[in-house]
Amino acid sequence: MTRCTWVLSTVAAALIGASANAGEFGDPEAGAKVYSQCKGCHQVGAGAIHRIGPHLNGLFGRPAAGLEDFKYSKSFQRAGASGLEWHAETLDAFLENPRSYASGTRMSYRGLKDEADRKNVIAYLRTFSDDPANIPEADPTATPTDHDIDPAILAIQGDPEYGEYLSSECTTCHQASGGDDGIPSIVYWPEDEFVVAMHAYKNKQRQHPVMQMIAGRLNDEEIAALAAYFKNLDN
Amino acid sequence: MKLNRRTFLGTTVAASATLAAPMVLGDGHGKPRVVVIGGGAGGATAARYIAKDSKGAVDVTLIEPTRTYYTCFFSNLYLGGFKEMNDLGHSYGGLAASGVNVVHDWAVGVDRDTKTVTLAGGAQIKYDKLILSPGIDFVDMSVPGWDVTTQNAMPHAYKAGSQTELLKAQLMAMPEGGVFAMVAPPNPYRCPPGPYERISMVAHYLKNNNPTAKIIVADPKPKFSKMGLFQEGWANHYEGMVDWIGEDFGGGNVSVDASAMTVTIDGEETKVDVCNVIPAMKAGRIADIAGVTDGNWAPVNAADMSTKADPDVYVLGDASQQGDMPKSGFSANSQAKVCANAVRGALTGSKVFPAKFSNTCWSLIAADDGVKVGATYEATPDKIAKVDGFISQTGESADVRKATYQESEGWYSGITADMLG
Repeated sequence: MTRCTWVLSTVAAALIGASANAGEFGDPEAGAKVYSQCKGCHQVGAGAIHRIGPHLNGLFGRPAAGLEDFKYSKSFQRAGASGLEWHAETLDAFLENPRSYASGTRMSYRGLKDEADRKNVIAYLRTFSDDPANIPEADPTATPTDHDIDPAILAIQGDPEYGEYLSSECTTCHQASGGDDGIPSIVYWPEDEFVVAMHAYKNKQRQHPVMQMIAGRLNDEEIAALAAYFKNLDN
Repeated sequence: MKLNRRTFLGTTVAASATLAAPMVLGDGHGKPRVVVIGGGAGGATAARYIAKDSKGAVDVTLIEPTRTYYTCFFSNLYLGGFKEMNDLGHSYGGLAASGVNVVHDWAVGVDRDTKTVTLAGGAQIKYDKLILSPGIDFVDMSVPGWDVTTQNAMPHAYKAGSQTELLKAQLMAMPEGGVFAMVAPPNPYRCPPGPYERISMVAHYLKNNNPTAKIIVADPKPKFSKMGLFQEGWANHYEGMVDWIGEDFGGGNVSVDASAMTVTIDGEETKVDVCNVIPAMKAGRIADIAGVTDGNWAPVNAADMSTKADPDVYVLGDASQQGDMPKSGFSANSQAKVCANAVRGALTGSKVFPAKFSNTCWSLIAADDGVKVGATYEATPDKIAKVDGFISQTGESADVRKATYQESEGWYSGITADMLG
């Protein structure tokens, strides 16, 4: 399939989705609970910034890949350039099966199969966009990290050249292209997220035997080097 | 040892300076030349990384006779019906696009004095650094009654491709209630859990298609990789189907008769319908031809995978004798990156970082029942030495096993992209 037909078919799918899913709005409070699955990567609310994924404030009506300071996948850059905008209908189709909607997305998420859950989380996200009728401003919900870490470790400036060499150990499993078929994507993460995650494996707070083993023998400099390399990886 | 960035950089600069001192350049071309023989997990990875990272400063030629690479890893899943043969096939187009000159021919000669490789087609290729990643060949007469002339009657299916398809066809043609026999290999051999994953996949197929059939395994070893996990899985999924005869019960005293289709284990002859003979292994032949083997394998230095016999000839993967790493595609890929870094440093003066190795082997026991074993390794003066490791536990939940299998699929996508671009 060529790029053009791919974009057309996703836009067409979005339009079909629009007619099929038009109807009542979801429950934002229930959606806040569903959103707990998202907040490891996406911040939303006052002070939200880009983390592993872009922040989701002002999402409604925004073109796909519409924020200049986030490094989007090529799939979404193309889709955005071809006119894909985020609305309840397009979000619904994307969240149901992200990989099928945008085959090159780096979002490591299998999709939200339950239609009510999708409606609710979309209603929740709607509260963080402009003109959310009748909905008060919400508190920030996202937490930046799941584990404490010594600020001195976070302050280490990694050497990306060393990181490039070390990264070859990662790319046996984690694809440099950002593909995440069964194993998560690790490209373009904010450096602090990367460092926190690796130290959480090293300290055995995060549970995964392979990652505990790999991170376990990386020192602070090496973790910083990897974070510096993967942050700006250009494929 | 705690290494901070400053001391680390100091030592590597020193190390790379000694490596870079006798810088070798190609024959007046200005560009150093690397020739890689064998386009599997070791060779393809080394070729791609040297070409990619040197950004055209090194001329890289890969010699590989086949045009489609069928991965030996995951080929058991084809036997079990979880993968199609096409899923295992990969082209070398991505490597060519990465700047590697891919030559589809057999390497038949290596002259280390003139640094020349001769191809079956007659061409001669000069090298400054030669990387051999030829995989395995079989030791003649290691299973009495079996040699390559009988490999169609009794397939090894231990190099993926037509042999794998033949074994699958024979499995599918087994009569109801028939007997599938395996002669398992002695250590060391390619893919330590491989024979036992294969037993699992054959059992999975038979359970669904020929449930009264039996599997017997004659094994010269007293124990094997992930033994507890496999035996638990066989009891849970394939109760009463698998009869494993280890060394203690004469599993090493085995001979076959390919024309009569019999297997004799510790003096007892059994008529079988399929016989998968996985003989003892040795380094692929070109390592022998190059004169870098000692016995069955090619001893190498752990720091850069150069051979003990010749500092300009490197051996990767199954063919190497390096220490503690298992012979696996993951290991070969890991060794290739260490080697690529060292070779590029020696030829271009680029920074050489200390060697780090790792390996993980996933195996599928039944649908969504995946297990894994892995370890990290470091270079010591004597060998590649194990640092730390882990293994799946018996009695794990179905969710954990399913996630492990999904992870193995992710790894498959990852390593094939990492090798071939």
